[in-house]
Amino acid sequence: MPQTDASAVALARDGDSDAFRALVDRHSRAVYRLAHRMTGNPQDAEDVVQETFLKAYRQLGRFESRANFGTWLHRIAVNCSIDLIRGRKHQEMGQDANDLELLDGGDDQRVDPSPERLMLSSEVQERVGRAMGGLTAMERAAFVLRHFEGQSIEEISKALGLKTNAAKHSIFRAVRKMRQALEPFVES
Amino acid sequence: MNLHLTDDDLVLHYYGEMPGPDEARAELHLAGCAACQTNYTKLQRVMAFVDSAPAIEAEPGFERVAWARLEPVLPRRQRGWLAWFVFSPARLAFTAGIVMLIGAAFVAGRMTRTPAGVAGTPAQVASVEKVRERILLIDLGEHLDRSQMVLVELVSAGDSKGDVDISMEQSRAEQLVAANRLYRQTALSTGDARMASVLDELERVLVDIAASPSTVSQEDLDIVRRRIESKELLFKVRVVSSQVRERQKAAIQRTTQTTLGS
Repeated sequence: MPQTDASAVALARDGDSDAFRALVDRHSRAVYRLAHRMTGNPQDAEDVVQETFLKAYRQLGRFESRANFGTWLHRIAVNCSIDLIRGRKHQEMGQDANDLELLDGGDDQRVDPSPERLMLSSEVQERVGRAMGGLTAMERAAFVLRHFEGQSIEEISKALGLKTNAAKHSIFRAVRKMRQALEPFVES
Repeated sequence: MNLHLTDDDLVLHYYGEMPGPDEARAELHLAGCAACQTNYTKLQRVMAFVDSAPAIEAEPGFERVAWARLEPVLPRRQRGWLAWFVFSPARLAFTAGIVMLIGAAFVAGRMTRTPAGVAGTPAQVASVEKVRERILLIDLGEHLDRSQMVLVELVSAGDSKGDVDISMEQSRAEQLVAANRLYRQTALSTGDARMASVLDELERVLVDIAASPSTVSQEDLDIVRRRIESKELLFKVRVVSSQVRERQKAAIQRTTQTTLGS
């Protein structure tokens, strides 16, 4: 197995599929994490992983060996996630944050959890996952790009094909919903 | 200045996206307004809570599954196209299937070809579309049949005490994965949610089989069997397969009627 990404890329460019497999082994989890954040479901995340590596493979010739392969792949993954989200604009049916309360309604987790329970990362993960599940695909993408990826609103508007104001309002709505869903637990 | 900062102002401030003069105003206001400071602290706490949530991780063994899905669809590089065939009978069979499909489409095109120099009438165009639909349905039907066979063989594989050789099923599953993905995406894009859902479940199992070692322990085989049985996958594949056959029959009738009518 090639020691570094740079040597794996060089070998993969020459048709060495084992070298490309090494890159998949090293980076597919990170791509999955990003894709899951962006898309919100495992199936889409898996599709994004596949598209990302397929695109990367096709564009290996354009990759500059001085660059960081992980960073380059990350950018491709963001674009693949956006392509998928834009392709599914018709599914813009995220729930309103008020609905989240209803979703939680019959659940015993609605009862104020103890601080110990909240400390459990899986509990936090579930709460945040649920809150993000209340965002529309566009709100989610805009929020992830702004909050986790550190992109500016200007960059997000270009990436998502929105007007700057629309991108800004997607983020506002996303944050509002996140606050509505999470504040009761954070403040308790 | 007495105006409080709105929630949206606070979001812009949090992300450092306020224009310069507004940013200075916000800073000044926050320093002297307890209500806005409290609201901003709440926002910060929620954001910190979001940051503290670990990202969703892929299942163990995801790398292997990712490669199993990816490898059959990677374009080949400079090693020479002949080597690609010679070293992989599975790919040869898959390619042969595609060639046959293209051949069938070509023959269908010839059969319904518009005479030279004459523009196709709407009826002729419709006829060609129907023939294409038939070919696609036939191909999908065959794909489902082949998938069923792999599942049946695994479910009914011998109950030996030692390891079980599933290299044949593995090789066939590998061929089926890429085609299955295309059919699933087609079903999604045409709004056939039920077909897409069954194909998705099928794909996950096929990928697992393709990514398995060629020899598996009895326990591992039992896990695959349970997965097939617990989701009633075999039954679902049979149902959609029979629906595809019905659609094939209907398509044949429509094509025949069109041909007779023209």
